[in-house]
Amino acid sequence: MKEYFKLAWRNIWRNKRRTMITIASVFFALWLALIMRSIQVGSYSHMADGIVEAFTGSIQIHGDGYWEDRTLDKTFAQETSLMTKIESIENVKSVIPRLESFALASTGEQTKGIMVVGIDPERELELTHPDRKLIEGNYFEGSSDGVLVSSRLADFLGLKLNDTLTLLSSGYHGASAAGIYPVIGIIKMPNPELDRRIVYMTLPYAQELYGAYERLSSLVINVENSNLLDKTKKDISLVLDEEIYEIMDWKEMNPELVQQIQSDAAGGYIMLGMLYLIIGFGVLGTLIMMTTERRKEFGVMIAIGMQKKKLGLILTIEMLMMGAVGIIAGVIGSLPVIAYLVKTPIRFTGESAKMFEIYGFEPIMPAKLELSYFLAQSSVVLVIFILAIIYPVNSVMKLKEIKALRS
Amino acid sequence: MKFIEIRDLQKIYNDSEHEVHAVRGIDLSFEEGEFAAIAGPSGCGKTTLLNILGGLDEPTRGTINIGGTNVNELKSSERINFRLNNIGFVFQAYNLIPVLTAKENVEFIMHLQGRPKAERDARTKELLEAVGLGDRLNSRPSKLSGGQQQRVAVARALASKPKFILADEPTANLDSKATENLLDIMEKLNKEENITFIFATHDARVMKKAKRVIYLEDGKILKDEVK
Repeated sequence: MKEYFKLAWRNIWRNKRRTMITIASVFFALWLALIMRSIQVGSYSHMADGIVEAFTGSIQIHGDGYWEDRTLDKTFAQETSLMTKIESIENVKSVIPRLESFALASTGEQTKGIMVVGIDPERELELTHPDRKLIEGNYFEGSSDGVLVSSRLADFLGLKLNDTLTLLSSGYHGASAAGIYPVIGIIKMPNPELDRRIVYMTLPYAQELYGAYERLSSLVINVENSNLLDKTKKDISLVLDEEIYEIMDWKEMNPELVQQIQSDAAGGYIMLGMLYLIIGFGVLGTLIMMTTERRKEFGVMIAIGMQKKKLGLILTIEMLMMGAVGIIAGVIGSLPVIAYLVKTPIRFTGESAKMFEIYGFEPIMPAKLELSYFLAQSSVVLVIFILAIIYPVNSVMKLKEIKALRS
Repeated sequence: MKFIEIRDLQKIYNDSEHEVHAVRGIDLSFEEGEFAAIAGPSGCGKTTLLNILGGLDEPTRGTINIGGTNVNELKSSERINFRLNNIGFVFQAYNLIPVLTAKENVEFIMHLQGRPKAERDARTKELLEAVGLGDRLNSRPSKLSGGQQQRVAVARALASKPKFILADEPTANLDSKATENLLDIMEKLNKEENITFIFATHDARVMKKAKRVIYLEDGKILKDEVK
C-alpha cells in the first residue's frame, strides 16, 4: 500500500499544472460554498437575535396556558427562589421578570388599545436595552412612577415628554384598573408593530395598576450560547412544576419568523444545490480531462503488466490526495474572508434597507463562523468529489489497452 | 513444439461501413533466441500481428501458443500477468511514463512483479549501463533524446526478464546513428543472453540485422526468409 501512495504522490508532485488545476477546482468550490453558507447562517442568526433581543428573549416561562389566553388570570406568583434556581442553571445568562397586559391609553382626544409591559429596569438592560432605544427623555431611575412610550404611539396620541398618560383596563381577577402616569421618555422600537403599541413602566407600578401584586406574566430568560437552547430549555423544565408553568423558546413564540427563516433557508438550499451542481460538473470535467490526457500513459502501464485494479486504486489515491488538499485549502482560504464578513457585515441601503427595517431588523447581512457548516460543507464537497472520481476511475478500469495505446 | 506457435490467425476490424481484413489466416512459429523481423509496407498487418502476439489485441480466429500457454484463452487479468512475466515491449513512440525518471521507468515493471528493492536497484543500474545510459538514471523522458528514450524503453522491456521482446517499429523515430546504436545493443543482448527479439518494421537497417525476415502483404505471409 505504501508503494501505491508513493506512486500516487509522484504523479501529483511531478505534474504540477495538472495537480494545481484539480486542487483549484475543489478549493474554489468549497471556498464559495463556505462563504455562501456563512452569510446564510449569519443572516438567520441575525434575524433570530433581532427578535430575541428586541423583545421575547430566548426562552420564556409563563403560567400554564398563558400564551394561548393572555389574561392576567394566567399569571403566576413572583418567587425570588424560582429565579435564583433558574439563574443557577448552566447557560442561563439572566432571568428577567415581566408583567404584560393590555390597556386603553388615553390622552383626552385620542384613545388606543396598547400593550403595557412592567419591567425590572435593571435586569431589562441585560437583554432588550430599552435605554438604547430612547429618543427623548430618560430611562427609569429608582422607583420611577413614569412610563416610556413608543414613538409611533406617542405620535398617535400626541404625547410629549412630561405629558400625562391615562391607562384603563381590567385587572387581576376582574378588578378594574386605572392609573395616570407621567411620560418620562419616548423610545423607538425597531419593530414597527411594537413601536405602535408599547408602553413600559416599572414592575411594581404595573402590578399595582392591575392589582396583580407579586405576580408575573413571564420570566424572560437570556442564554449564553443559543446553540444549547434545547438543552437549556430541558434543564429549566426540570425545576418547574408543569402544572403551574409553561416553558417556550423563541421559535415557539415566533412561528411566523421561523417560517420566514425556513422559507428563506429553502431558497438558500436551492442556491447551494445549484452551486453543488456546478461544483460537481466542474470537478468531474477536471478529473475527466486529467484521465483523458493520460489515456495513453495508462494504456502503456496496462500493456507492460499493470493490473487495471491496481491502476484504479493508484488513481483513486491520487485524486483523493488532491481532493483533501483542495478541501483543506478551501477551509483555510475561506476563514479570513468569513472573519472579515463577521466583523464587517454587508450593509444594505435604500429600498433594501427599508425592507429590513419594516421587519424590525438592522439592514445588514452578517456572516457567522460556525464549525457545523464547515464540517457539513467540507463533507458535501468531499462526497461530490468522491462521486466525481467514480466515472473517470471506472472508465480507466474498462480501458482497452490497444485503443489507449493508439490514442 | 516451437516456443511460439501461431495457427490460422485472422483479424477482421469492423467499422460502420466495411470490414478490414488486417490478418488473413497466418501460420507462423518462432524458436527461442530468434532475432526476427516482420516486414512489409504500411497496412500489411505487421503491427496487428505483433499486438495479437503480445496479447494486446484479440484475434477474430486462430490460436497463439506461447511456451505452452494458449494466450487467447486467458482472461483479461491473466493476460496482463502473462505479459508482465513473459513479454517485453518496445513501442515506436517509446511510450515511457512521463512523470518517472529513466531509472523509475525501468524499475516500474520489476515493482509490478514484486521484486525486492535491492534487486530492482541493481538490475536497473545494470540495464541502463548496458544500453549506455548509466549517467542518465535520474533524467525524466522529456530531458532525453529520442534515441536515449528508446534505449530506456529497451532496458524497461528487459527488466522483467521476459521470454521474448516485441518491438514495433523501434527505429521509426530515430536517426541513423541512434538506430545503429540501438540495433547493436539489441543484437548483443540476443547473442549474449539468448533473448528472443521480434520486430515489426519496414526499416531496411533492421531487416539487414535480422536473422530472419517474414514479409507480409495484405495480411498474408509473402515470404519467410532465414539468413
